[in-house]
This record gives sequence, structure tokens and C-alpha cells, in this order.
Amino acid sequence: MIQVENLTKYYGQTPAIKGLTFTVQKGEILGFLGPNGAGKTTTMRILSCFMPASKGKATVAGFDVFEDSLEVRKRVGYQPENVPLYNDMSTSAYLSFVAEIKGVHRKERKRNIEKVMDECGITDVSHKLIGKLSKGYRQRIGIAQALINDPDVLILDEPTIGLDPGQIREIRGLIKNLAGRRTIILSTHILPEASMICQRVIIINEGKLIAVDTPDNLVTSFQTDSRVLLEIEGPPEDIMKELKGIDGVVNIEKKDPISEGAFTYFVDSTLARDVRKDLFITISKNGWILTQMHTIDMSLEDIFLKLVTEEKA
Amino acid sequence: MKNTYAILKRELKSYFTSPIAYIVIFVFSIISGYFFSSIFAFFGIMCVRSINNTYLQTGLNITDGVVTPTISTLSILVLFIMPFLTMRLFSEEKKSGSFELLLTFPLRDTEIILGKFGACFITFIVMLIPTFFYQAIIFSLSEPELGPVISGYLGVILLGASFISVGILASTLTENQIIAAVVTFGVLLLFWIIQWGADFTGPIIAEILIQISILEHYQEFAKGVINTHDILFYLLFSFFFLFLTKRSLESNKWRS
Repeated sequence: MIQVENLTKYYGQTPAIKGLTFTVQKGEILGFLGPNGAGKTTTMRILSCFMPASKGKATVAGFDVFEDSLEVRKRVGYQPENVPLYNDMSTSAYLSFVAEIKGVHRKERKRNIEKVMDECGITDVSHKLIGKLSKGYRQRIGIAQALINDPDVLILDEPTIGLDPGQIREIRGLIKNLAGRRTIILSTHILPEASMICQRVIIINEGKLIAVDTPDNLVTSFQTDSRVLLEIEGPPEDIMKELKGIDGVVNIEKKDPISEGAFTYFVDSTLARDVRKDLFITISKNGWILTQMHTIDMSLEDIFLKLVTEEKA
Repeated sequence: MKNTYAILKRELKSYFTSPIAYIVIFVFSIISGYFFSSIFAFFGIMCVRSINNTYLQTGLNITDGVVTPTISTLSILVLFIMPFLTMRLFSEEKKSGSFELLLTFPLRDTEIILGKFGACFITFIVMLIPTFFYQAIIFSLSEPELGPVISGYLGVILLGASFISVGILASTLTENQIIAAVVTFGVLLLFWIIQWGADFTGPIIAEILIQISILEHYQEFAKGVINTHDILFYLLFSFFFLFLTKRSLESNKWRS
């Protein structure tokens, strides 16, 4: 659905993105991750035909964003980062204006507007002036206007920024519901969000692509060791010494006590060996009491930080 | 065409939901009304004086004494007022960021420009409507010629259209409305007085300066003469600046 090839954009002398290449399949939700200033917005602006790339090629639904910009714009719903709307219009008047411009047929306009207002939960503010609405509502109107002509591709720049936790959950649910028929690209710097809604994520830093994969694959491929959390009642010195002796254990960390005589331990081991069985046997053999044991997976956040800091080093 | 109409409707609504249009029209009406009453009063005094002076009587008539000057002063007023109507057209959108959404909507640049131009033009015509009452007053009291009224207003309307085209161009260049207004005013004033230089230059340049002066072409309309080349001048002038506006919008999409 979307093909990006060697995309490069310079602002004067400074490159914002350098040789970005990736594809997005039809019906996929792709997350764009990266620290501030990584080039997320620039890429999205190029894909939505707001500005051209300096070099490289990008096609959306088979149309070149530079050569056939009008065709691309007909098929893309775009929500810019700060959701710039016309503050002097009411919600329904604004959506009606956008619907008209995006070529929604007069007969379907009313129905479409009601549908997107319902989907985005803005029906109750349909007669209010946009300028008087809260950030959360504006954000949702921004998504509503992108959806109004039922486009094949949605490009959402930071759709959940500035919302309260309840609203964030609503928007996430909304985006998930939109998937399937539509192809969605969204940018975020909230990592759990990406792993929650996106089928694939792209991590970019300083304009360069550093990783593309599913959130799960990213986690497994970048995980170098596994970590087990233990809660044990017993003498800490002995526990540390005994557990360290187990084959495969790389490191043990003792954390603050949870109750009298009981501590939390983090046990790092090599990926190749599952040490949980040995841990349990050793603990029970010594007569200590094990109250909790579970593995801790690396989060997307850890990987992100690892990748981004590695790049710098 | 459909899209142009959509933009036009939105812009027009925006003019009249904000106080801008009302204030501009109000100020314009007050000042043009003051001009009219002064011109009318002066004409009245001249009439009284001419009772005993046959020499004065020969030059006095209501068309040249009131109708033409009233309409001519409108043209100067429009020059001062127009930058305030045009300054927001693109600058406001650039400032608020809605420019980004506008450019990613499936719209041609021409449709956007014509829609905004049309909305501003209609607002300008609405602004002229109160001045029709001055003419109505003159016609109710006297019997002036109708021709100069029609040609005079045609001139003012063409003049207004060319002013708007300059204003639109200026507002695409900056996100600051004050800069847009100042640039518009400066350019318009320059085109207004540019023929002054004709006295100090060679015949060819003098002729060029006279021909590109927006005031010079208006004089004919004020006299009651409608020349095709004067109409053509204003149309070309507007077209040229709208073309530059299109280029200015396109420049956002030039590869850098």
C-alpha cells in the first residue's frame, strides 16, 4: 500500500531524514517510533503530500506522492501533529466542509458525518465552536476529519498526545477498530502504545531507520539475556552464594526487603538455558521459602533505549 | 469549481463570524459618509455663492461636483482598507497550522486561491453597498447623469479586485498578518503613485510608468469613460498577481 524508497529530506543543509526505506502492507497498522526530532513528522508530511522529499521516492496506493499528489491526497486521511482546525467553526460545520472538499457525495455527507462523529465520540459537541473545545475533543475531531471520506490510508501524527488516560484508551480502541480495511501509520513516543496497537513498528533515530519488525520479534531478537524475579524468605548471603553457583546464571541482584527476612532478587541468565527449574530445586533443597517467581521480558522501551543509545555511541 | 465554492463559503463565513468584516465595513462607511457629506456641503456652498456670480454658475453641475468626487474618494479609501481584509487570507492559516491540512486536502492550488479571492471580493462588494445610499440621496434631490455612477463603480470594483490579488500574494508570503498588511499597502501605494516618476524620465519609461499606474487607469472611469484597455489592465493586473500567488503556494512543494 505504501512504499518508501531511499527517502531523504534536507532542511537547508541539515538532513531531517536520510535514506529511509520501508513498505507498509494493506490493512496494517504501522507504528513510527523515535525520539523527538528523529524525523517522524517529516516522513509523515512527505507521505501526506504536504512537502516533497529532497531525494528518493514514495508511493501511496500506487501513486507517487510527488507526481500524482492529488490522487494520493484523495486516498489519504491525515491528522497533523497539533491538530490545526478552524476555531471559528462548529464541529459539524467543519466536518461538513471537509466532507465537501474531500468529495463525499451530497447525499452521503450527512450520514458520513454522523458516523464519524459517533465513532470518534464527538456527537455531543457537534454544535460547539472548535476553538472552545478541549485538547481531547480537538484530537478526536482531527481523527474524524481524516476519516470522513473513508480513506484507504490514515496517517496520524501523535494521535494520543495531550490526552488523559481515559481518552488515550478510547483513541487506541478507535484506531484498533479502524484497522483491517485501512492502512494506518501512526507516530508516537509512548512505547507501550506502539506494542499495544501496532502490528509492526519502525524505529528511527536522527533520520535513519534502525529497526523494522513486529513488537514481539523486536523483543526476542534484541534480548540478550533473560531475567527472573524471585521473592525468597531466607538468609540473603547464603541465597546469593548458592544461586550464583547454578549453571547459566550470570548475575544476581538483591533488592529492598518486602517483609522481615524476605527479599526480591533479580536473576539474569543466558538465553540458552532456562534456569527456573534449577533455581526452584536449589531453593527448596535449602529449606528457604519461595513466594514468587516469574520471568521478566524486555520491554519495547528497553530495546528502544538500547537502540537509540547504541546509535549514539 | 465545487471545491472553489466550498472554500469560498467557508472563508465568507469566517469573515462574518469574526468581527473583522463588520469593523472594516463600519469604519469604511463612517469615513466614506463623512467624505460624502463634506463634498455635498461644499457643493451646496458653491451653489449659494454662484447665485450672484454667473461665472461660477457655468462650471457647476451635480455630476462633476458631487457624484464623481464621492466615488473617487472611495477608491482611495479602498486602498487604505483593503490590506485589512486580505491580510488574514493565508497568513492566519499559516500561523494556526491549518495551512498544513489545507494543502493535504485533495484541492488544487487554483481552487484554494479562487475561493479565497471570491470570498474577499464578495466582502468588498458588501462593503460598497452602504455607499449606494449616497448616490440614492443625490438622485432623490437632483438629476445627475447615471453614466458616471456606473462607470465609477465599475472602476472601483475593478480596482478592488486588483488590490485583493496583491493582498492575497502578500499573505501567502508570511504567517504574520501585520507584515502581510504592510507589504500589501506598500505595493498598492507604489502602484498608485508610480506615474509621478514619469516627469523625470525618458519618454519610453514615462509611458510605461503611466501605463502600470493603477490610479491612471481609474481616472478614465471617474470621468465616465469605459475603455476596454482600462478594464483589460485591471483584469491582467489581478490575473498576474493571482498567478504569482499560485506560484507562491507551489513553492511549498518545490524540491529543496
